[in-house]
Order: sequence, then C-alpha cells, then structure tokens
Amino acid sequence: MNFFQKHWKIISCGVFIGILATIFQKFGNPANMGICVACFERDIAGALGFHRIPIVQYLRPEIPAFVLGSFFASLVFKEFKPRGGSLPLVRFFLGFFAMLGALVFLGCPWRAFLRLAGGDWNAIVAILGLIVGIYIGIQFLKKGYTLGRNYSAYKFTGLLMPLMMLGLFLLLLVKPALPTGVPFFSAKGPGSQHAPIILSFAGAFIIGIFAQRTRFCTMGAVRDIILLKDFHLASGVIGLLIFAFLSNLLLGQFNPGFTGQPVSHTNHLWNFLGMVLAGLAYALAGGCPGRQLFLAGEGDIDAGVFVIGMITGAGFAHNFAIAASPAGIGPFSAHAVIIGLLFCIATGFFMRKRLA
Amino acid sequence: MEKKHLDLRGLSCPQPVLETKNAIENASFDALEVLIDTKTSLENIKRLLSTRQDLKYTVEEGEDFKVSISRTG
Repeated sequence: MNFFQKHWKIISCGVFIGILATIFQKFGNPANMGICVACFERDIAGALGFHRIPIVQYLRPEIPAFVLGSFFASLVFKEFKPRGGSLPLVRFFLGFFAMLGALVFLGCPWRAFLRLAGGDWNAIVAILGLIVGIYIGIQFLKKGYTLGRNYSAYKFTGLLMPLMMLGLFLLLLVKPALPTGVPFFSAKGPGSQHAPIILSFAGAFIIGIFAQRTRFCTMGAVRDIILLKDFHLASGVIGLLIFAFLSNLLLGQFNPGFTGQPVSHTNHLWNFLGMVLAGLAYALAGGCPGRQLFLAGEGDIDAGVFVIGMITGAGFAHNFAIAASPAGIGPFSAHAVIIGLLFCIATGFFMRKRLA
Repeated sequence: MEKKHLDLRGLSCPQPVLETKNAIENASFDALEVLIDTKTSLENIKRLLSTRQDLKYTVEEGEDFKVSISRTG
C-alpha cells in the first residue's frame, strides 16, 4: 500500500481544513486567520465580557460547530463515550497556560500553519518553537509522565460541552440586548471581521465530523514523527499547509514577508518561546486546541476542562496585558510565558508513574 | 510462555500506543495482552503493529478492546 492509499482520509481532512480556512478568510474572517482555535476562543471570551478589548470580541460560530460536528459524528459512529476524571484541574491549567503562550505568538498551531501558508514568515519561528515544546513534552512522556486514566462518566456529563457550545451559538443568533452590553461584538478590528454565520457554522461542522473520524491533531503530528516515526497525522497537517498555500495563491491572499503581516508581530524570541510553552502544554494534555474540541464533542469532559482553561486564559491574557498585538508583545508576556513554562515543567517532572 | 497484561484504558494519547511499543520492544517479550477502551488507541496500536512483520495480533471487541500480540512462527 502506498503512502496516499494508507493515509488518504487524514490527508483529505487536512486539505479540507486548509482550503476552507482560506475560503472563510475570503468571505470575511481576518487575514491568515481563516480558522484559529486560540484566537476564536479569545474572541468568544471577549464577547462574553471576560476581557474588554474592543477589537477582539465576537461569538465565533466555528468553535461551537467543531464541537457539535464531532458530537454528531461520534453519535452516528457510536463513539460517543462520556469519560473524565484524569486530573481535570491540571488540564485546566495546561489549557490556561497554553492560551497564554498562544496569545504571545498570536495563534494556535492551525493558525501557525495558516500564517505560513499566507506568507507570514514569522510563523516559521513559531513552528520551530512548537516542535521544541512538543519535544520537551515527549521527554516527559518517555519518562512515564501521565495524568492517570479517566473513567466512564454519566451520559449527561458528555452532553455538557455540546450543550454549552449550542448555548454560545444561540447567543450569537439571538444577540440579546442586555443592559450590561453583553454579548459584545467588535465594531472594528479582527473581531469585526467574520464570514457569514451560516458558512462558518456549516463548514466548521463538517470539519468537526472529519476531524472526529480522522483524529486530526497538529500536536500529535509532530509528536508521532519524533516519538513513533509515524507520519500518519503529519500527512494531514502537510495537506493543510500545501492546500492552504495553493488556495491562498488562487485567491490572491499570499503576501510573503516578515513585517506588516496581519495580526502578527516580529518579536522572534517571544514568538518562539510562546509556542514552546503552548506546544509543551498541548503535548502534556494529549492534543492541540482543535483536537481538544473534537474530544470534548465525543464526550471527553477532561478535554472540555482544557477548553474552559483556554477560554479563561484568553480573558486573563488580555486583562493582564499578556497577549501580544501587532505592536509587539505585551508588558507581561515574558513573565507569563516563564511562569507557564515552570508550571508545565513541574507538571512533567512530578506527575509520572511507570505503568508496566 | 509468559503472557504480559497491560491495562491501558482511559489514558490520554499517546500513552496506550507508547506503553505498547515499550512492551513489545522489551527483550523478554513473548506475548502481550493489551486492554484499551477507545477506537483511537486501537487504530494507533494497529498502525504500530503494521510496522512489525515479526508480530501477529488479534482483537476482541466488547465494551473495551483486547489486543493479543504474539510473535509469528
């Protein structure tokens, strides 16, 4: 069996995500941010008033659609399995610090690859950081790092994340006018740029189905190459990168360079270290931000806790001047990344057990 | 022939496949029974085993998945 026959499903999933992301951008999503799990969760945190930065507030329908698409697929294919109890608090903080790292760079791994596909060369440094972070995580895994097993949980618990996401989506559709002003919607800036709701939701819902079936994961892609010499997941990410690039060329969205890139800054050191932190946190939690959403959809409530940690982290990152902006890193970006790295390294060191 | 058992249910990726890999690469490996509880882990372990011509395996599906691995021949 040749490589393509063996991996066509995961490659198709990556290709689909890559092309759709560029189409989302064409139809209104921010530049080189057709899809970004970290940025979109940050926008949701803003819409809910967890931070008050006026330019990054929108109830991005892609995030609920990812979870609901995965939920739907897991029901149809009988993989919906409510489960949890594998040190949720640790997973919350892994999600929290992953988000701080992601917002110092300004993107999750998906966006890092989409930025590269759009010609933003700053992403190269970030992807190197991601690889280094995952490499550190692998060293802990090799030494027996584990958060312990999860257990089957009540059926209802598995519905909590899909229901919460449905609630967020309904909030976007209904747009209630509350006296406090929530939910907030940006009038300008990246938060104001979005594709039509129906396109975003339907497209992302299909991604949710594909990704649940194929286990698409950008962190796993890098990890499996280093740890298992397995290129399965990586073939999906490479598909995403190549086809997002080609689609950007066709749509006139490819603008190569370091400076003046959309929602991006050129501080290489902290782009790198932000992604080291994020990559390490994803590796310790067992999945990239996208994968955590798909796991949450199929009933993994620990993954749901990671997602809530990320949304909380987004609010914190903007309230405490940690998140970067096109002007550069924030006054406390460096502090946050260092504390996050210390937390992750301590987690890797102290939570280990030989299973066999 | 000694048969080893590994209960890898409920563990996050990539621990089930990693522990399986460690076990089959151990010099004293003869036969191994691995218990897992997600399709994802099963796919990962199958992919790992597909690279090893010297091993054969069977899968029993129930509430969980039981993968029995032994040497060929």
